[in-house]
Amino acid sequence: MNSFIAFIMGPMVWISVIIFLGGLTIQLVGILRAVREKEPYIYSYVTLKHSLRSIGAWIIPFLPRSARMSPVYYGISYLFHILLFLVPLFLASHIVLINEAFQLSWPALNDQVADWLTVGVIGALVFFAIRRGMVPEVKFLTGAMDYLLILLVLLPFLTGFLAYHQWFAYRWITVLHILSGELMLIIIPFSRFSHMLTAPLTRAYMGSEFGHVRQARDW
Amino acid sequence: MQTKDNPMTDTPSIVEKPTDPAIESGLERLTPERIQQVIQQVLKKETGPRFKAYVETCMRCGLCAEACSYFLSNDRDPQFMPAAKVKNTIWEMLKKDGNVSKDFLRRAVRISHLECNACKRCAMYCPFGIDIAYLMLLVRRICHKLEITPQYIQDTVNSHSVTMNQMWVKDDEWIDTLQWQEEDAREEFEDLQIPLDKVGADIMYSVIAPEPKFQAGLIYQAATMMHAAGMNWTMPSTPGWDNSNMAMYTGDNEISGRIVRAFFETASKLRVKRIVMGECGHAFRSVYDIGNRWNSWVMPPFEVVHALAFYHELLTQGRITIKEKYKKKVTLHDPCNVSRGRGLHDKAREVVNMVCEDFVDMVPNREHNYCCGAGGGVINCGPPYKGERMVNNRVKAEQLAATGAEVLIAPCHNCHSGLEDIIHHYDLKMEIKFLGDLIYETMEKKIYEPGA
Repeated sequence: MNSFIAFIMGPMVWISVIIFLGGLTIQLVGILRAVREKEPYIYSYVTLKHSLRSIGAWIIPFLPRSARMSPVYYGISYLFHILLFLVPLFLASHIVLINEAFQLSWPALNDQVADWLTVGVIGALVFFAIRRGMVPEVKFLTGAMDYLLILLVLLPFLTGFLAYHQWFAYRWITVLHILSGELMLIIIPFSRFSHMLTAPLTRAYMGSEFGHVRQARDW
Repeated sequence: MQTKDNPMTDTPSIVEKPTDPAIESGLERLTPERIQQVIQQVLKKETGPRFKAYVETCMRCGLCAEACSYFLSNDRDPQFMPAAKVKNTIWEMLKKDGNVSKDFLRRAVRISHLECNACKRCAMYCPFGIDIAYLMLLVRRICHKLEITPQYIQDTVNSHSVTMNQMWVKDDEWIDTLQWQEEDAREEFEDLQIPLDKVGADIMYSVIAPEPKFQAGLIYQAATMMHAAGMNWTMPSTPGWDNSNMAMYTGDNEISGRIVRAFFETASKLRVKRIVMGECGHAFRSVYDIGNRWNSWVMPPFEVVHALAFYHELLTQGRITIKEKYKKKVTLHDPCNVSRGRGLHDKAREVVNMVCEDFVDMVPNREHNYCCGAGGGVINCGPPYKGERMVNNRVKAEQLAATGAEVLIAPCHNCHSGLEDIIHHYDLKMEIKFLGDLIYETMEKKIYEPGA
């Protein structure tokens, strides 16, 4: 058992991070190469200025009309994406582990604040799941995969929350926490989670078409 | 919203009724092998990473729904939201690797040709900027290759391919129409000319085929404006004069490319400095955005000036002066292809304010204006589909009614025809006009003298 825990806390962390970063890198290279081979026209239209203009416009909270039409979903989704990165990266106990391994350290979130933010992430995921079942136009598009993706994100946060409070079988919950975190990282490049890479690209292209060719706003 | 006749309120079922003879005879000829082969060819060979990213990036959030006038007009029926149209066509084709049924295809023709105007409004509501219009045009491309394009619009493409114009206008009829308009216009300006094939003129003026076919008065108006403004202009007497392009909307990219190539070659032969075109949106999209690309020009080889920008130029340079501003309360529709497609909405408003006394904007407006429901080839699918076109754009009727305007300005042919139908169907007490109609009506009918 100890050797298993040692594995998932040691090599497996490396493996999952490598698959995560490597997978996205390979995907990016593949996209850029395929664009050059099959759709080189895209390079004629994408401009840095208009890409950033469009991405920027969509990052400013509630600037796009689309966001203002669905303020609750957009607002929750916006905060969720920030917390998704913020909480794990600035959690004191994660930083301790990284410090042990690499002697690197950065300021941590207060544990209680992090605890509440975790509740926030879990709440957002529950909201997404309910919205999928309730809002007719979203329900129409939703399949089992969409709930599975929610579950995949939910698991590391839920187990992290339970582990912090040391409820239930602490040791097992922690194992589950580590495993589910690794699973999520591994799955990102192979699922629609890869929108963390492709969404800025599609946004940049559409932003360039609108900004450069159409000379209109796309938000 | 009350309607004059009984609106069709039943939501469409998944299985379409066979109505269109061209679609039905096309479907009869198809074999499962042929269907699969064509779908695979288009989706695998004719697309690339862009398509892949669009399909794989969609998170099914549903934000695109709010963008679509079909969705909003059909009591928020999910079947009409943009992503659902992709789900019911592309996703299914991918899932089954092209092995889809004829019933599925009948529905796919309907979705891509009649339930989407390719107006790209939804691209502005998707956080990722996924271009669903592009995906719908891909479906139309598949339908084209399967030869199941709706009859009326296919006929316009046939006309393009034979005559290089959309409406079977014969070469002599074209010249005859121009000379007829020239003669009529001489009652206002005795030395007015519509100069044909004048090599080296500054401007080639170009129109869409419906103008000589049944709206010749618009050529008359344009000629008086050109004359009054003292422009050095010409019109071509040979094929290549028509800038419309329905092939672009049926997925017949080859014909579409030929049309635009003939168009630019005509301008090239006349060695003009730039091309000015009438109030048409899709024609502008064809030569400014689509056809040039097919012919490997990143941007058009000539400066292409849409009527809205041209009016703005004539009025701000004082080449045309307004005698007395138009009195009635007007509102302005933003055609997708010149607003979302070229950002001309602010110039259009400046022109309207220079010409009219009482302008009220509709809400939403500019890039966010609702679609006319007619463009993107939808109205060109013809009378059999007019009833559903009216039902599918109730939201536009509500938007127009809310302005309280007496006159609706629609500076695009497709928008103009589609909105005229909307106005009649929903019994809105509104007149509809082109911006050129108002300028012609209010302008000083004297010839521009520099410095005067």
